[in-house]
Amino acid sequence: MFKTFIAGILLGVAVAAAALHYFPAVNQSREQSLIIVHPNRGNTESFHVNIPMDRVMTGAPSQKEPLPVGLEWPVDPRFADTRAELFKLRNGKDAVVGVASRIAANGVASGDIVEWVLHLPARGSAYVIMQAEPLEDGYRTGNLAAGTREFSPLVGRVSEQWVADTSGAEDAPVGRIELTTAFVARMVEEE
Amino acid sequence: MKYLISLVVGMVVGVAAFLALLYYNPMTSQNKLSPLSVSDNKVITYNYSAVATDALVFTNDGKSTVAPYPSKVQQLWEPTVRLTDTMATVLRDSRNQPVAIGIKFSSRSESTRILNGEAIIDSAWHIYVPGQGSLFVEQRENYWGYLREIVVPAYRSSGDSWRGNWNGTITSGPGALGTARVIGGSGEFADLETDGVESLSAKAYSVKHGPVAVDGTLAVELPAPISDATPDP
Repeated sequence: MFKTFIAGILLGVAVAAAALHYFPAVNQSREQSLIIVHPNRGNTESFHVNIPMDRVMTGAPSQKEPLPVGLEWPVDPRFADTRAELFKLRNGKDAVVGVASRIAANGVASGDIVEWVLHLPARGSAYVIMQAEPLEDGYRTGNLAAGTREFSPLVGRVSEQWVADTSGAEDAPVGRIELTTAFVARMVEEE
Repeated sequence: MKYLISLVVGMVVGVAAFLALLYYNPMTSQNKLSPLSVSDNKVITYNYSAVATDALVFTNDGKSTVAPYPSKVQQLWEPTVRLTDTMATVLRDSRNQPVAIGIKFSSRSESTRILNGEAIIDSAWHIYVPGQGSLFVEQRENYWGYLREIVVPAYRSSGDSWRGNWNGTITSGPGALGTARVIGGSGEFADLETDGVESLSAKAYSVKHGPVAVDGTLAVELPAPISDATPDP
């Protein structure tokens, strides 16, 4: 019986080790990446933010109705020209796939800036620096400045556009911010 | 029958012994010394409180130990983001003056390996420093030491809390020396590519509320400017 007990201990150690090795401690939920391949124009992936329902935070000075309710934006004058926003980020099928931050500021040292960080938990993060001034047709374009994990070896461009809702449906958003990415692998770009 | 009982009891003891070995394994103790502490370059530090109610906004799936703040903030309940915490906070300099707005995304990582003492969080900071510019920080954080020395003892405590003095570096990559990758975006930081390290200093933790007195520090190394070659005499 003592030998069986010892065998049980060894079996227990083996089972615990195997369980920790083979069963993932974390399993991120994934949505399909909806990448469109254009004839002779590379490939693009579109994300969007429905306004106002996907807005998590709007941090800006002197707001009458801060979002979220209870947000106390710092009163320090150095943050007077800074606007920081947090959103849920959706893919082309309108499913939430991540969160995103957008910082817009007008600083003496930095100049006018508009930046995004798109954080997709299962894929990685993309740091995008936009042109401060929008183009004539309402677009704003920018470049992928850095990426993590899946976005790490990529370079490319991102466009931002406000699209007002025209459906007239009762529960429709006011509009949406569309972000279209056109990324390629760094080596392709260098060639 | 007695052999079966003996085998089952043995297995329970084996599993417990294995978990105890993992928990007390000194080989997985966390590095408490920042790799930047031996740098000759200038290092700027941004301090923040890691307590949710001290942040501008903190949100998660709404079911975790740490409750979202403010209470009416949108929660990240969707399956793809429910393992993610998001915090917007004011970053302070070494004189405790507010100098920057920082937004941190932290997602539990699939590279977590309990066997190796790795409880990994993939995180990214988006920072704007008025008067200086913007930064993006990519890092892999290992919370194994924090869990082992603070969270588990809090659960084992009869008061459901932990008090003490714990300092540790949580950044474990992606840099070869266990540093974070810092990318400058605009202003003085434009085109900057350097290293960073985030550390925590904990004094109190509650099982019910999470961190009660925990401060974070993000250190960013500023490489020395490359001087022009000395002209021939």
